[in-house]
Amino acid sequence: MDRIPILKFGNALLVTIQVDMHDRLATALEEDLTSKIVEYGAKGVLIDISALEIVDSFIGRMLDNIAAVSRILDADTVVVGMRPAVAITLVELGLSLTGVKTALNVERGMALIHARLKTSDSEDDDAED
Amino acid sequence: MTTPKIERLDIRSSDDVVRVRQLARTLALGAGLSLVDQTKIITAASELARNTLDYGGGGFVVAELVEASGRRGLRLTFEDKGPGIPDIDAALKDGFTTGKGMGLGLGGARRLSNEFSIHSKPGEGTKVVIARWK
Ligand SMILES: Nc1ncnc2c1ncn2[C@@H]1O[C@H](COP(=O)(O)OP(=O)(O)O)[C@@H](O)[C@H]1O
Ligand SMILES: [Mg+2]
Repeated sequence: MDRIPILKFGNALLVTIQVDMHDRLATALEEDLTSKIVEYGAKGVLIDISALEIVDSFIGRMLDNIAAVSRILDADTVVVGMRPAVAITLVELGLSLTGVKTALNVERGMALIHARLKTSDSEDDDAED
Repeated sequence: MTTPKIERLDIRSSDDVVRVRQLARTLALGAGLSLVDQTKIITAASELARNTLDYGGGGFVVAELVEASGRRGLRLTFEDKGPGIPDIDAALKDGFTTGKGMGLGLGGARRLSNEFSIHSKPGEGTKVVIARWK
């Protein structure tokens, strides 16, 4: 069965979705990401969807699920590279992706993850004082 | 290559849902739809194809390039001989699902299309027609 490659990228994981997703691939990705977050102690998950021509409610639910599971495992999910036409369509579809952060590109997504890590580091410091 | 004017595709697997999206895209391009309108109608097609598969037990789509009073567009007709929808008004409401979906497919497809009609009879099946015009 094909799988979507997951790359380690500093303390985050990077997934680039390049193919038109079908169900098995989506389920496999959710499972693979969950185990890799644990394996690497990853603090962030970047999902690059710049190649996706559409996002329907099935893919939307997958992104929501990944974000929800990541959160429980203390990792942030950032969806990067959503095409403008896709963003417009998602609004009309009624999909709000409330649990998912978005960024224009991978660099900015990475910056979002690092920004959160810095804040939570200083919170930890405060707790020790 | 000329764009086919009418094409039928069976919907029996999740790979077929991918094929329906590709077919919708080809026809949307053929009708000259803008990128945003292409994206809308492909998304609607994806939602309806998945419903045909998941709830209708499989079926087919007929996709056609249409022309009316000088305007081009595309029309997609999804049909199955599944269990049908007992309460269509309820099924069209956002958030309503009898499966594990988000309940946005039918209502979303209606919003993303210029024309939308649905016929369903319990025990007989479901037919949904959408169209998007340039
Ligand atoms: N082709 C169909 N045959 C039977 N029932 C359907 C069909 N399409 C939709 N439905 C019913 O309508 C409900 C709402 O569909 P939809 O808005 O696409 O949301 P979802 O797919 O997330 O459940 C489905 O849960 C199902 O009960
Ligand atoms: Mg649906």
